[in-house]
Amino acid sequence: MKEQLQKDFENTIKNLSLSQKDIEIKKFSLDNFINKGFPNRKEEDWKFSDLNKIINKNIGELSFYCEDKPTNKVDTSVFLDGLEHNKIVLINGRIEKIDFDYEKKGQIEIIEHSETVNKFYNNNSLSDLNNAFTNKSFKIAVKEGYQLSKPLIIYHTTNTKINSCNINLRLDFELHENSCLRLIDLFNDKSEKNFLNIFYNFDLKENSILKNYKVDKFENKNIKYLFNNIDQNKNSISETFILSSGSNFLKSEINCDLNGEHSSAFVNGIFSLDKNKHHEIRTIINHLTENTKSYQLIKSVLEDSSKAVYQGKIFVNSEAQKTDGYQLSKAILLNKESEFNAKPELEIYADDVKCSHGSASGSLNEDSIFYLMSRGLNYNQARELLINGFLLDVVEKITDSEIKNLIKNMIGIKE
Amino acid sequence: MENRQKEIDKLKDYKYGFSTDIENTRAPKGLNEDVIKFISNIKKEPQWMLEFRLKAYERFKQLKEPNWQKPKYPNIDYQDLYYYSAPKSMDDKPKSLDELDPKLLETYKKLGIPLQEQARLNGIAVDAVFDSVSVATTFREELIKQGIIFCPISEAIQKHPELVKKYLGSVIPLTDHFFATLNSAVFTDGSFVYIPEGVRCPMELSTYFRINASNTGQFERTLIIADKGSYVSYLEGCTAPMRDENQLHAANVELVALDDAEIKYSTVQNWYPGDKDGKGGIYNFVTKRGLCKGKNSKISWTQVETGSAITWKYPSCILKGDNSVGEFYSIAITNNHQKADTGTKMIHLGKNTKSKIISKGISAGFSDMTYRGLVDISSKASNSNNYTQCDSLLMGNKCGAHTVPYIKNKNSESNIAHEATTSKISEEQLHYCQQRGLSAEEAVGLIVNGFCKEVLQQLPMEFAVEAQKLVGISLEGSVG
Repeated sequence: MKEQLQKDFENTIKNLSLSQKDIEIKKFSLDNFINKGFPNRKEEDWKFSDLNKIINKNIGELSFYCEDKPTNKVDTSVFLDGLEHNKIVLINGRIEKIDFDYEKKGQIEIIEHSETVNKFYNNNSLSDLNNAFTNKSFKIAVKEGYQLSKPLIIYHTTNTKINSCNINLRLDFELHENSCLRLIDLFNDKSEKNFLNIFYNFDLKENSILKNYKVDKFENKNIKYLFNNIDQNKNSISETFILSSGSNFLKSEINCDLNGEHSSAFVNGIFSLDKNKHHEIRTIINHLTENTKSYQLIKSVLEDSSKAVYQGKIFVNSEAQKTDGYQLSKAILLNKESEFNAKPELEIYADDVKCSHGSASGSLNEDSIFYLMSRGLNYNQARELLINGFLLDVVEKITDSEIKNLIKNMIGIKE
Repeated sequence: MENRQKEIDKLKDYKYGFSTDIENTRAPKGLNEDVIKFISNIKKEPQWMLEFRLKAYERFKQLKEPNWQKPKYPNIDYQDLYYYSAPKSMDDKPKSLDELDPKLLETYKKLGIPLQEQARLNGIAVDAVFDSVSVATTFREELIKQGIIFCPISEAIQKHPELVKKYLGSVIPLTDHFFATLNSAVFTDGSFVYIPEGVRCPMELSTYFRINASNTGQFERTLIIADKGSYVSYLEGCTAPMRDENQLHAANVELVALDDAEIKYSTVQNWYPGDKDGKGGIYNFVTKRGLCKGKNSKISWTQVETGSAITWKYPSCILKGDNSVGEFYSIAITNNHQKADTGTKMIHLGKNTKSKIISKGISAGFSDMTYRGLVDISSKASNSNNYTQCDSLLMGNKCGAHTVPYIKNKNSESNIAHEATTSKISEEQLHYCQQRGLSAEEAVGLIVNGFCKEVLQQLPMEFAVEAQKLVGISLEGSVG
């Protein structure tokens, strides 16, 4: 793999006009990645999902250089109907279209910057990989006091032109004081057997609100890693929703630093898996100052021989008195072969806190099914009703009613 | 009230902190094949036992010391320890309590376990382990009438080799982790219990461990076998003198429960925790594992952990037999600079197996406490159930409380439920108690005892009283 990496790296930087300093940083990252390789189960954070093995098994040899073919035609059929929205279209990891037509001019700034800054505090090798190979990174800044009138949808599309490729993407968002952004990540893959490595960095200033909805709904054979780093200032709110369903393997990771008083973070997630899919959500919420709040709810429905993993950690620093932290994960296992693993973790150094977590997994309640069948439903209807009710709980947590309805339709939950 | 105050004053410091001045026989310092041969020789062990030890030592040499645990400790120089230390008077085994060195008798009397009296009173049979040897075992004759074997393990190796050979290392194999393997190579003494088929042990069996000599490690090994349909309740207590150095205690405890058998294992661990600045104290790195081998068997662990500078142990149950039950009740209290990383593992292999985990952690001062547990329901363990509850109580903002549960469910017909909370003693509760005339310290004691009640209830009566007191003492000075 080492030779391939070096060769692809040379090709990648050749096409970019980079300063000497940037090249050095990228080289440094590359060396780090070569040393560490893909994360494997020996690392505590990857204990339940051995990425190295998964890539070897599903993809084999990866190529890290994607040929720079100019504009792939944007396929408008992937666009969502029935919801007016701003768009960013990504094809095979390249930004093809940015469209903020619904917003006031001058309130949103898009900064193209190629300089490489390693701001991620997680020490896994994928951030090194991302640093070494991202070609262009964008920063989207929402100006002070501006609230986007329509949500922004980022279309992550891939097409059949790539195969066994590694795609690295990096986006920075800056929400200035009193601003608000609703962001939907919509994954739509036509390609097979690629590894997508996506890093987001959010900087939330005072009183700003971020709502991020990640929807991985469509069936595909790709392997994905999504990392969100969220820095929160005073009174800011972040809400993250993850629908984890379509890809062969998906690990969504959220690292949230609650730096300012009265800031709060909400993470809600649904695993709806079948076949031999393997998905994971890992969250780290760092309560670093007084009066901060976090809430997490993860529910899974697992069919066939699918596997879901939830690793959630609440960290409370000794200054962070009056913290309120809550975490709940529930899973329904529908098949003998399915598997649910959880590691809900609390690390607490302050005494005046309210922290709790709960985790439960098991089968569908036969008594409930019996109850429904005795009222005239057949087995499948009863089952569906129970599962929908189980998942609806999470969807109802979405605070934006437009998007709530959109996601309800996507999952096929009728009220 | 006055009496109670006096009692508390008396117990204020670590009251077991004295050491006994007694002549010792020691193995040469360090760890090598010769030392292992020395231990085996002095215990007059058969060849197969020596081979067992040497095999473990070979394995040990290849193993690396683990370091994933939360409490870090300075490197231990395994060549700078004495692996065997015993009172000289034990070289020729005394045949009865009357022949026992009076100094030893005195020591146990001071610890509150008067061996002679205990022998006369009805109730609990005691095996007293002093450094590396078992010095006395009471009530043996009475137990033997029912076919129960309760003796030091070194004696069992000679007298009941067939049982020891069959079960030793069957739950904790030679090739287990670093400390367990070290124990297999150099273990010195401990208790051996065999309960024959269909016998309900008429009294509580107990072992009292005492570290006395300095610069030694204590490596005891306990093996309890409950044959079909039998029942036994076993207690374990431990203390050590106050010293500025850290001493290593790496024990192995193996339990085997056959069809319909039940073992109840209770520990009140009160090793010397070190002084207020965290100097000295015992490193308590213990491997405890029970195997529910037969159908309908049950193993229940209860522990009250108040001592040791560092506690690092996970009493576990392997639920192999169908319908078997595993239970774990724990109170862990850390104060000053103590650290604990404790919890349990419940491995469900058989059908219809059930497990229950109740863990209560209390941390005060500058201490750090971690609950780490594993619940693993394998794909064959249909219709299994687990319930876990772990609550932590924090006193002050200089201490830490952590919960790290690992939950693995591979069976769709099985249920796992886990909940954990972390909180502090609320002002309202304190206010209510104080309003009714209790001092702040008494109020805390009362609330903490209530917090721990679920676990304390599981202890046998005599132990429960002691444990309740211990809970109060361990938290002394943590209020305000």
